[in-house]
Amino acid sequence: MTNAFLEISNGEKIPREKIPHLSFDDFKDNALTIVKGGGKVVQYFAYPDDASVKLMAVLRTDKLWIAGCDAPDSYPSFTTECEPFHLFEREIAEQYGIRPEGHPWLKMVRYHPNVRNRPDVFWNDYDEDIPGNYDYYQVDGDEIHEVAVGPVHAGVIEPGHFRFNCIGERVLHLEIQLGYQHRGIETLFHNVEAKRLPILAENIAGDTTIGHSLCMAQAVEALTSIQVDPGAKIIRTIALELERLANHIGDLGALSGDVAFLPPANYFGRIRGDFLNLSLLICGNRFGKGLVRPGGVRFSLADDIRKTLDERLKELKPQVEHVLELLFTASTVRARFEECGAVSTYDAEQLGLVGPAGRASGIAYDARRCFPTEHYSKLDIPENKISSGDVWARAKVRYDEVLQSIEIIQSLIKEPVGTQCVGNQMPELPPDSFAVSINEAWRGEVAHSILTDKAGNICRYKVKDPSFHNWNGLAMALRDTGISDFPLNNKSFNLSYCGFDL
Amino acid sequence: MLNTLKNRFEQGYRTCNYPKEKPAVFGRYRGKPVIKENVSGDVVQLCSNACPQNAIVVEEKKINMGRCVFCGTCEEVSNGEFVTFTGDFEISTSEKEHLLTDGNLPALAEHSKQHFKKLFGRSLQLRQVSAAGCNACEADLNVLATPFFDLARFGINFVASPRHADGIVVTGPISRNMKTATLQTYEAVPDPKVVIAVGSCTITGGPFLGSSEITEGLDSILPVDLFIPGCPPHPLTNLHALLTFFK
Repeated sequence: MTNAFLEISNGEKIPREKIPHLSFDDFKDNALTIVKGGGKVVQYFAYPDDASVKLMAVLRTDKLWIAGCDAPDSYPSFTTECEPFHLFEREIAEQYGIRPEGHPWLKMVRYHPNVRNRPDVFWNDYDEDIPGNYDYYQVDGDEIHEVAVGPVHAGVIEPGHFRFNCIGERVLHLEIQLGYQHRGIETLFHNVEAKRLPILAENIAGDTTIGHSLCMAQAVEALTSIQVDPGAKIIRTIALELERLANHIGDLGALSGDVAFLPPANYFGRIRGDFLNLSLLICGNRFGKGLVRPGGVRFSLADDIRKTLDERLKELKPQVEHVLELLFTASTVRARFEECGAVSTYDAEQLGLVGPAGRASGIAYDARRCFPTEHYSKLDIPENKISSGDVWARAKVRYDEVLQSIEIIQSLIKEPVGTQCVGNQMPELPPDSFAVSINEAWRGEVAHSILTDKAGNICRYKVKDPSFHNWNGLAMALRDTGISDFPLNNKSFNLSYCGFDL
Repeated sequence: MLNTLKNRFEQGYRTCNYPKEKPAVFGRYRGKPVIKENVSGDVVQLCSNACPQNAIVVEEKKINMGRCVFCGTCEEVSNGEFVTFTGDFEISTSEKEHLLTDGNLPALAEHSKQHFKKLFGRSLQLRQVSAAGCNACEADLNVLATPFFDLARFGINFVASPRHADGIVVTGPISRNMKTATLQTYEAVPDPKVVIAVGSCTITGGPFLGSSEITEGLDSILPVDLFIPGCPPHPLTNLHALLTFFK
């Protein structure tokens, strides 16, 4: 069968009339063929078009593909044949009230009414507080017990509900129920003044500020054909790598803490702060808020800043290397990391895992290599693939990426970096256009889509955080694992609640 | 073992000397906004139009730090004629109205409730409730436990149970889906107790203003004792607020 989807590029403006509008059956057949053949779902969402509602999918193989169709009120679920559609179908059911018949786990995603005032697919009454009218996955048997945790956890962490089905200490199944962080971000994107859009994008997930704000900026730049100067691209690349460094180092420290090896936990806790401060050095905010805007960056890498950045990196690099060595050569650490919470390559493929979690399970995909943006096409990003899929693998991928990111930044600041700084202005968007932008943030693939209507207003803004793919990976890692290893596994993924909940 | 010791010596002593000395913060940091005297109304209007958070009150020529995300757009578009974001990170207040400022903030220590100092001055145990922000406020509260800030040396700790706590620290705009859990956590804390709002989301709804899914201001559902503005507040802002208000 020939592929009826249209091949597109990352960050390309597509006039809406060019996007193939297929019959539902053709849409389904083509989408399933691509994904069953090893493709992945980048985005799959519903959107309003005048009085009707339509579906659109962006899929990826080694290329990007797009097509859409009219949305039926209900349809036979894709998930029964092809798992990567699982959460996307639930999300569409929740947001637009379209029922995927026969979906194996048709449950709400974030607990909110659909935007069309259609009867709720899940029979929830949203005047009732969360949790609503829904079940948790249950395991029956004489010695089975359930452990329920959250939404408020015993630490300074985001809220979510975890339901473990255990036999003794052994976890048979973990169900993760999120939605507590739902702020209605996509709805806000459709309704607020244009000047608020960059601030909203920065606040989807604070630890992925650069990842999300880059996606928004690139999508807007694609739609408006605004060119970004090479200096700004370098500064954006540096910022994305600093974000990766701070988070990976923080997580490695936390992993160390979770196996009670306290020296690296404390050293990395402090060093993580040093990397956050380097983001502050560049843009005045430890999380990179305020830096990226459509058209470029708001802050230059003036020579004094570049010099300080270079000095600080020279000072930090050996410290990072030595603490990494301390952590990874400790036999007590290896004993806890190895073979703990392994996710097989097969399962990772079926779930569509992305980012370090995917790479630790043998999936080499890295958007920096496969769909490079900014300065990445000029950089040589290694594959960073390990196949053991356990906590050790997820830690080791971070280890490799930490050292690479330091080298990337050092290579980018050897020469002066000039750029014409931009302000907070938002350009007007063209009518009837679409763009999708993809970046490899520290957790993996972030994707934003913007679709405009006849008047050039945003009629659909779709956000996808990598955590949307990866939470089920954590649930899979916990199968047949001791419940006391949950914190360790959780930290090895360290997924975003707010990025998922939107 | 030798490796562990070698690392220990390399790391050295890293704890900052705050509050005795203020640690240096890089120059581009945007702390307390100080409004220029005699700024023209036109310039203020220009800044207000540009402000993505609509945080500028034109008639009063003031910035509402509870709404502000400290992006610096107003300083940029007015070339500094309207405001300068200084390096001063000591910007917390005990009254929400005080967040509407021209740069003159009341001294926090004088406005703190004195019985709090008596009750909690030597030991303050806090339960953090993350309620639908972006997780940046949580991250910069978490770092207070790292060796550089070392919050525990002041007798202040984040604890696992509200039953063990003297108060709650709330971050995020309290989504509809987190409202009950937040209120229940508050109720589970024994009296007398304190409520601390951290970040512009928590104080006013911040970047999520106008969403039907959030609460526009923690003070509309709980009595708030301490407001720590920022997006997110710098860890030193948090540290200053906790030390000044309670110690």
